[in-house]
Amino acid sequence: MLILTCPYCGVAADETELAPGGEAHLRRHGPDSSDSDFEAYLFLRRNPRGLHLERWRHAHGCGKWFHAARDTMTMEVLGTYPAQVTAPPPEIVHASDADTA
Amino acid sequence: MSHRLSSGGRLIDRSTSVRFTFNGTYLRGHAGDTLASALLANDRMLMGRSFKYHRPRGVVASGAEEPNALLGLGTGDRFEPNQRATVTELFEDAALSSQNHWPTLEADVGAVNAWLSRFLPAGFYYKMFMYPRPFWKHVYEPFIRRSAGLGRAPAADARDPDRYEHFYIHTDVLVVGGGVAGLAAAKAAGEAGAEVLLIEQDPHWGGRAVVDGGEIDGMAPEAWVTATLAALKAMDNVRIRTRTMGSGVYDHGYALAYERVADHVPGSEAPRHRLWRIRARRIVTATGAIERPLAFAGNDVPGVMLASAVRDYVVNYGVATGQRTVIATNNDDAYRTALALHDAGLEVPAILDARDGGGGALADAVRARGIRVLAGRGIAKVKGGKRVTGVAICRQSGEGGVLDMIPCDCVAMSGGWSPVVHLWSHAGGKLTWDATEAMFRPDGARAPRDQDGDAMVRAVGAANGHLGLAEALSDAWEGGTAVAGGGGTASEMPRAASRDEAPLAPVWMMPAAAKPALRRKAWLDFQNDVKVSDVALAAQEGFESVEHAKRYTTLGMATDQGKLSNINGLAVLSQALGEDIPQVGTTTFRPPYTPISLSAIAGEARGELFQPIRKTPLHDWHDGQGAAWEPVGHWRRPYCFPRSGETKHDAVTREITATRGGLGLLDASTLGKIIVKGPDAARFLDMLYTNMMSSLKVGACRYGLMCSENGFLMDDGVVARLSEDTFLVHTTTGGADRIHGHMEEWLQTEWWDWKVWTVNATEQYAQIAVVGPKSRAVLEKLGGMDVSAEALPFMRWSDGTLAGIPARVFRISFSGELSFEVAVPANRGRALWDMLLEAGEEFGVTPYGTEALHVMRAEKGFIMIGDETDGTVIPQDLGLDWAISKKKEDYIGKRAQARSHMASADRWKLVGLETLDGAVLPDGAYAIADGRNANGQRNTQGRVTSTYYSPTLKRGIAMGLVKDGPDRMGEEIDFTRVEDGTTGGTMRARIVSTVFFDPEGEKQNV
Repeated sequence: MLILTCPYCGVAADETELAPGGEAHLRRHGPDSSDSDFEAYLFLRRNPRGLHLERWRHAHGCGKWFHAARDTMTMEVLGTYPAQVTAPPPEIVHASDADTA
Repeated sequence: MSHRLSSGGRLIDRSTSVRFTFNGTYLRGHAGDTLASALLANDRMLMGRSFKYHRPRGVVASGAEEPNALLGLGTGDRFEPNQRATVTELFEDAALSSQNHWPTLEADVGAVNAWLSRFLPAGFYYKMFMYPRPFWKHVYEPFIRRSAGLGRAPAADARDPDRYEHFYIHTDVLVVGGGVAGLAAAKAAGEAGAEVLLIEQDPHWGGRAVVDGGEIDGMAPEAWVTATLAALKAMDNVRIRTRTMGSGVYDHGYALAYERVADHVPGSEAPRHRLWRIRARRIVTATGAIERPLAFAGNDVPGVMLASAVRDYVVNYGVATGQRTVIATNNDDAYRTALALHDAGLEVPAILDARDGGGGALADAVRARGIRVLAGRGIAKVKGGKRVTGVAICRQSGEGGVLDMIPCDCVAMSGGWSPVVHLWSHAGGKLTWDATEAMFRPDGARAPRDQDGDAMVRAVGAANGHLGLAEALSDAWEGGTAVAGGGGTASEMPRAASRDEAPLAPVWMMPAAAKPALRRKAWLDFQNDVKVSDVALAAQEGFESVEHAKRYTTLGMATDQGKLSNINGLAVLSQALGEDIPQVGTTTFRPPYTPISLSAIAGEARGELFQPIRKTPLHDWHDGQGAAWEPVGHWRRPYCFPRSGETKHDAVTREITATRGGLGLLDASTLGKIIVKGPDAARFLDMLYTNMMSSLKVGACRYGLMCSENGFLMDDGVVARLSEDTFLVHTTTGGADRIHGHMEEWLQTEWWDWKVWTVNATEQYAQIAVVGPKSRAVLEKLGGMDVSAEALPFMRWSDGTLAGIPARVFRISFSGELSFEVAVPANRGRALWDMLLEAGEEFGVTPYGTEALHVMRAEKGFIMIGDETDGTVIPQDLGLDWAISKKKEDYIGKRAQARSHMASADRWKLVGLETLDGAVLPDGAYAIADGRNANGQRNTQGRVTSTYYSPTLKRGIAMGLVKDGPDRMGEEIDFTRVEDGTTGGTMRARIVSTVFFDPEGEKQNV
């Protein structure tokens, strides 16, 4: 039963308020993409032991999608950030580097 | 024999007698008794039979770790199996029954298994019942099911009459365990300013200290507990609860607790159980420790008990578990039992101390009372069947050669103590092996972490491996202060004398070099009948992982989850493997700590409160008409409106005939209504739908298909363009929330720079479909809007006022009839409905339900999401290529539909099906093809997706997906028929067009 802080409304939301959305930062592959690119986009997902960048929706709250950087082993949440980015913000990257160092 | 002593018993009220029955016999106990203490007071040591061998079983423990004393409790609707006698409070007229025997507890036929136990070792079932294969279903399984198992399930028609509820609470600190460590931790945390919830599983506070004695702050432990409780109750920031068991610890400080509110007062107004759903910033586990049994031959004979339990029964309940008690131990603590028994005037013929050096100060105190202490000795074998009659003693270091016999009727054993680390471990806390005390204890450096990466659980006291009173108290005080944030406390840390005990010597088998005959009679797991020899066999057969050995032998399974057996079992396993105990490790600790009731988990979510029901503005009218309801998502929709004397089938037929012949009304309010607005709204809908929506004219409607990125059809409906930048999207009844979520996902996570706003307005409108040849006439009669064919052609919409109600009228049809869907503000829906009924009377107005809707759409060959689609169907399968834009570069699902198997010519495609004799095809029936597949099953070439009796055509009609279907018009194929649940025979049907009725659409275009 995780607690994730919604970066939009600031609520430290209980997992029951949230809907999971799987791996974050997937790049969409459309009509002209190769079979392997499309397969990777649609089906192949990371399942790391450690830091995972993942999508969540504050479904029973403000309704916004956001991203969370969570350690799948320790359940530590390194941060949450808006979904309107293609890569994690620098502070998350630094935090995760420090964590693995 | 066990009996009530003439005095003593700190928890019982001797002035109150409580009557109860055990297997039908009336017995008496006292207020404050547990079921176990009351039975023991009546000399009922034999309480049940074991799982596998049906061995006689008596109570072993006095708390939650009890493996044997599981009883059926109550009768009728209140009967419940597997109630733990040691922690269940006695109440007036309690009806107790023993389990797992036939015909009686005393004379059990299944006990023959015990004689065969030599031939029923670990893995016996796996090895024996493999062949011949048919024997499994008809011989072995029924036999095993009858002879194995513990309690019987309540009767199938029994309904739980009691009430249950959930509590939600947020707190700074949750302290689990109300022994002296928990009390100290709660007091420290409370004084340091934290909000504290302190829970204790028993009805009483103080844990072991109040039985075991000593001094805290110069007081007897009992007095200290009373004073501390008073202090806690005086603090506004501390909440305390008894009868509340810490059940599980989960991620980020979430915890469950199980409160047995009214188990001891059945039939009271209070909820019976309460599930506490707790979010705590920090959790303190002060859950104490559990004494370990010793493994010696005959250690399962009723009358062999944990040493601590023997003194608990004397001190707490004034019950002697025997007249002459031999004590076997490997540590000093068990000497306390000798003192307690001696104080109560009971005999202790000998203490067998496995340590060559004997004990420390406690042993001296015992010797001073004239009690015989034999060092370096152990039990070779316990004598007796249903009750201990004596012990044969031997050298602990030897093979079990008998030195002497001591007659006795009780054996108190102690193999040391194991901290209760369950809650610590649930969310990932790691353990470390403490070789001195021969126990796993929490490794404080590897605690479970919270969302910030900080330790969220702290074990204190005996649960943290501090078995001495002073050590436990200081650990708890320090822990309580720390979890509260390290603030100052008004009181001083409680003080007690430091532990003064000689070191324990690990004893995993008594005697150490016991011969196989003895190992085969030395039990590790009493509930599941796992012996030392079984674990050794598992190791020998290659089940080296502790998790594998557990499952192979069933060690530590069932309702006690190995609270007594796990450490002894893995010690035996490690010896058999020649490895150290820490290398073998423990099995995984999972919640709940002890079983909790399913009713508590369900809480209030039963009956009408199970799920909220969504009601349309017309719901009450439908209900008043006696509608037959159909659940659709969380909605209730009328299936049909049967009149008196009508079957549902009759009603559906009448409703269709009346609609096609005159005028029908449908409550379409459940239809999803999502407003999509913004400069990029048209562009967005072009991506969302397979067809082109940007070209839709303001004032017009268009039917559209929505696919997932995987290409599969997920929803359909009519889109109306309200203005240049505003669209109204209609979804299926069950799909509104899902599709709104789908839109938001794409807008927020992929095309976040697009200027689009979506609103789910489903419940803002009541929507009524006015259907049939007389639909225009009735709307004209209401007046206020021009609904003529010229002003409002097919697939157009118009805003206006109908009979004084602001309305939006869509000229769309899902029935093939002239049809208008009228949307009005939700609070005006009932008024419009009533006026339509009144004005429509002359046209034979007939409300219809979802079944008539389904039949009429099928007569027209319109698909239904969920019937023609099942998550594996693409629009091309359904002949809907006309609704897939060829001009658009992209839409959600387009790339997926280009995959080879999606574009394959082998896909089953939608066709109409009509039986040769007019009968109705079974829903979901498969079309049979020639030959059989690799599994010997008949090959298939299609299946029925929708099938109805058509009152319009007076015969069965169906749609189905058939291989090469559209190219096989007129061909006849066979479908499977299911009768009485089994497949029998076939039905022949002809492949036809999906449009059965009015193929030219003349009826709707008037």
